[in-house]
Amino acid sequence: MNSVIPVLDPASPQAEAIHDLFLLVLLISAVIFAIVAGLILLAISRGRQRQTLPEQDFGSEKSEIFWMIGPVIIVIWLVAISANLIITLNAIPQADPDGKTDINDIDLIVIGHQWWWEVKYPKSGVITANEIYIPADKKKKFRVKVSSADVIHCFWVPQLGRKIDAIPGRDNYIWLQASEPGSYQGRCSEYCGAQHAWMNFKVYAVTDAEFDQWVASEQLASKQPKLLSPLANSGKQFFFQATCPQCHTIYGTPAEATIGPDLTHFARRKEIGAGVIENTSKNLALWLKDPQALKPGCKMPDFKLSDEHLKQLVAYLETLK
Amino acid sequence: MTTGSIEQSERTSLEPPVTSTLLLDWVSTLDHKRIGIMYILTAMFYLAIGGFEALLMRIQLSMPNNTFLSPEMFNQLFTMHGTTMVFLVGMPVLTGFANYFVPLMVGARDVAFPRLNAFGFWMLFFGGLLLHFSFLTGSAPNAGWFSYVPLSSKAYSSLQGVDYWIIGLLIMGVGSVSGAINIFATIICLRAPGMSLQRVPLFVWMMLMQSILIILALPALNSALAMLLIDRWLGSAFFDPTRGGSVVLWQHYFWIFGHPEVYILILPAFGMISEVIPVFSRKPIYGYTFVAASSVAIVLLGYGVWAHHMFAVGLGMYADIFFAVGSLLIAIPTGIKVFNWTATLWGGEIKFNTSMHFAVAFLLQFVIGGLTGIMFAAVPIDWQLTDTYFVVAHFHYVLIGGTVFALFSAAYYWFPKMSGRMLSERWGILHFWLWVLGFNMTFMVQHFLGMMGMPRRVYTYADNPGWALLNGISSLGAVFMAIGTLVFLWNIGTSLLRGKIAGDNPWDAFTLEWATTSPPPPENFTVIPEIKSRRPVWDLNHPENADWKTEKTPADRGIRPNLPKLAAWAFIASEAVFFLLLLIAYVIFNTRSGEGAVTSSVLDVTRTGIFSLFLIFSSVTFWIAERFLRAGKQSAFVLTLGLTILLGITFLAGQVWEYTGLLTNNITINTNLFSATFFTVTGFHGIHVTAGVIALFVMLMMGIKGNLTADKSHVFGAVGVYWHFVDVVWLAVFGIIYLGLLQ
Repeated sequence: MNSVIPVLDPASPQAEAIHDLFLLVLLISAVIFAIVAGLILLAISRGRQRQTLPEQDFGSEKSEIFWMIGPVIIVIWLVAISANLIITLNAIPQADPDGKTDINDIDLIVIGHQWWWEVKYPKSGVITANEIYIPADKKKKFRVKVSSADVIHCFWVPQLGRKIDAIPGRDNYIWLQASEPGSYQGRCSEYCGAQHAWMNFKVYAVTDAEFDQWVASEQLASKQPKLLSPLANSGKQFFFQATCPQCHTIYGTPAEATIGPDLTHFARRKEIGAGVIENTSKNLALWLKDPQALKPGCKMPDFKLSDEHLKQLVAYLETLK
Repeated sequence: MTTGSIEQSERTSLEPPVTSTLLLDWVSTLDHKRIGIMYILTAMFYLAIGGFEALLMRIQLSMPNNTFLSPEMFNQLFTMHGTTMVFLVGMPVLTGFANYFVPLMVGARDVAFPRLNAFGFWMLFFGGLLLHFSFLTGSAPNAGWFSYVPLSSKAYSSLQGVDYWIIGLLIMGVGSVSGAINIFATIICLRAPGMSLQRVPLFVWMMLMQSILIILALPALNSALAMLLIDRWLGSAFFDPTRGGSVVLWQHYFWIFGHPEVYILILPAFGMISEVIPVFSRKPIYGYTFVAASSVAIVLLGYGVWAHHMFAVGLGMYADIFFAVGSLLIAIPTGIKVFNWTATLWGGEIKFNTSMHFAVAFLLQFVIGGLTGIMFAAVPIDWQLTDTYFVVAHFHYVLIGGTVFALFSAAYYWFPKMSGRMLSERWGILHFWLWVLGFNMTFMVQHFLGMMGMPRRVYTYADNPGWALLNGISSLGAVFMAIGTLVFLWNIGTSLLRGKIAGDNPWDAFTLEWATTSPPPPENFTVIPEIKSRRPVWDLNHPENADWKTEKTPADRGIRPNLPKLAAWAFIASEAVFFLLLLIAYVIFNTRSGEGAVTSSVLDVTRTGIFSLFLIFSSVTFWIAERFLRAGKQSAFVLTLGLTILLGITFLAGQVWEYTGLLTNNITINTNLFSATFFTVTGFHGIHVTAGVIALFVMLMMGIKGNLTADKSHVFGAVGVYWHFVDVVWLAVFGIIYLGLLQ
């Protein structure tokens, strides 16, 4: 489902515009390289056979200027098309050029943390982590505010467009849009410490109906069965006795801390640890047993849980749908 | 290190007393050629370390989800790899070649300041040791060679690695700037008669450009390092966003240094190529003036494009367009060079030896690195590909495909001059093919990894389709380069022992270093040939085709500025950039300070104004003292100089008074951004005044003893340049901080 060469497989108008520019410059570069390399290799192969002292040629201003005309035109042209694209892509949509949109009209807030992404939908109040749902729509763009809770990160979904740094003490804005439904791999693209490698996220572009449905279900507390199984129930008790609520939120419970990812709908997420492993019960047990083994340096310590507590916690967390 | 290995090898063959003399000879040497060789050996030693670090990283990345290295170890390795390659390999090896060849190529007996030269080398040497000592503390620097804040701040890097990094870089920076001032002064002041500035070999011209870049770019890094160190050690908030500091400011200052640094590493390579290609094409360089002038353009543009490293920061569309235009413009002077090198080859009688193999590979690979550079200058492409493996590929094509290949080319070209023996062509060609193959294997595929979404600086990656294969190829290529390097070392070793004797000028080359023996005697030349063109040795050996008969070049008008004064001017130019950036930081942080905070209103403007008058007046008394010295009025000179010192001390006393008042009111460097910038700017200025007072005191003592007399007044004048500069800086400080100008 994920593209093999995402930069060459754009899935939004913005990414397409960048892709077209890239191919164009690549083509120009290839032509220039072919000319230069051809001339050099020709000069070498001819010159190796020459056995007489060549004419001592010191150069001519005319030929210098003549040969510079091409490069100068290319540079001016590149300046023009890059500038045009910078403006039309409206890289930082703080103020929309049409003047209709309000600066506070933000669809999505993404906050980089060491080493995961906090995702908030201010209009619906939905909070999640490492997974972003947007409606797939050729016309509608999501206005995204990107910031950071600690060090500098960089928000990058190659198939959907430009990257933007997530900088503490500064708000950046980009457009997020996907033309077609699908899942699009995102990664942190600025070195941010020990686990920069595992700071992945995914953007899921879904139909409008699916999106509304997703928002509606995320807004509520998790749809747990009224009666938890005994195992899950002991897991719940353990969760609140242990230190878990000091970092995590589960909506509708006393757990309200925001240091780690929000766990309200944890069981619906597809990955654990910002892309380290798939979210299966076996993997979840592995993660809880020792997060430091899977993601060395991450902020979640090894709690040295007993096997019984592990089973209970997994059972409880899997009810958080 | 290098001297250590000499000691060991000598110990086996020679008597101990002789050994210690040889070692002492090298350690205490002031000969530019020996210092040049020590620079090159130091660079080769660190190349082995930096290369080993790269190999470890490539092993880790050779397969997905590898656990060969821990993430912490990987992060330390890429930080040290970058820092080592830039500061301990790239800069020293180029400075080494410059040290060896610039004096020879301009027909001088040594560099302008041999002692400063040795000082610069040893600062670099010990700075490098200090940086690597961090490994023994268990935490090498791990915030990247760019050490972006806040990751490099105390809150996120609490171990000492970053501190070693800062101190190491500051010490090496002192070495680099002294070396650059030396090269600059040598080229300006010590050219042989007849060699006008328009007749210097292009390698010398490029080193002149490079020395200017170092003198003016390093202080930007130093000012940022000083602020980071004060943040880390004294708890100020320059770069702490939670207390109003700016993390983007670090990036600006770092890249104001960092982008010129790229040209610091590539311009000398341009110079080497501009020597090698003409000699082995048996033609003069095509369009000398265009090659030289385009370098000036690169130097100037190089200071105005730093933010193209920051397109992902979100600086706004106008800033993006401005820096895109500047960056794309650089393509033109660079294109001019490629054109001229190609035109030099065109119609030449090509001697396709190892040196020329490397030169041609340089051309092709540098063009690739340049073209991908153009892609990044087109901002939207940068928005996709920056901080991915595409960038890693791009700058390795410039710095390895370009600089390192040019260095190999230069090594095969100049080794006969340095050693008196030829390198083996057979081993040379093997070395060449191993490197061409290995280099392109390693870095060509990285373009694709970037397009496939692989970010830089990741210690591992998931098993995405294609990633394992391409990373495997990339890692395998590194092995070829490593073997190639061993072949090169073997070639050097065996050639030193039994290589063909080179003679004075084995290549029928053009420039002055070939007019003396190989290796040159300590005094360099017995006779310097007459210089009437850009190729004096060609003229000597080919009188029938002498350049001056057909090609007119500006004659030497004999202008050679006074050495100490020129060096003083170069030094204060560097210092001026340092203070300028600190003052800019003050203005930035204090135009937006909130209410209730400590601001410049706590300062006693009148009192400091009066003390400022003392400092300004000391410039006047200095000026008078200089007149007295030149007029030979020794006692009046001593008296006015003594008065100057007293005035300087009075100013310092005023500063102590002011500091005491602030500190007793609990206003310290970590109070807020005003106090941090205030104490930093005035503190550094105070240190400069103190250094000036010490220098004046030395002059006073020399004056009293009668060692400083009218004929040495230019030395005193050089101190004067510095003293007046310190006063001028104070005028700016007083205007901006006390009077609130620019706010």
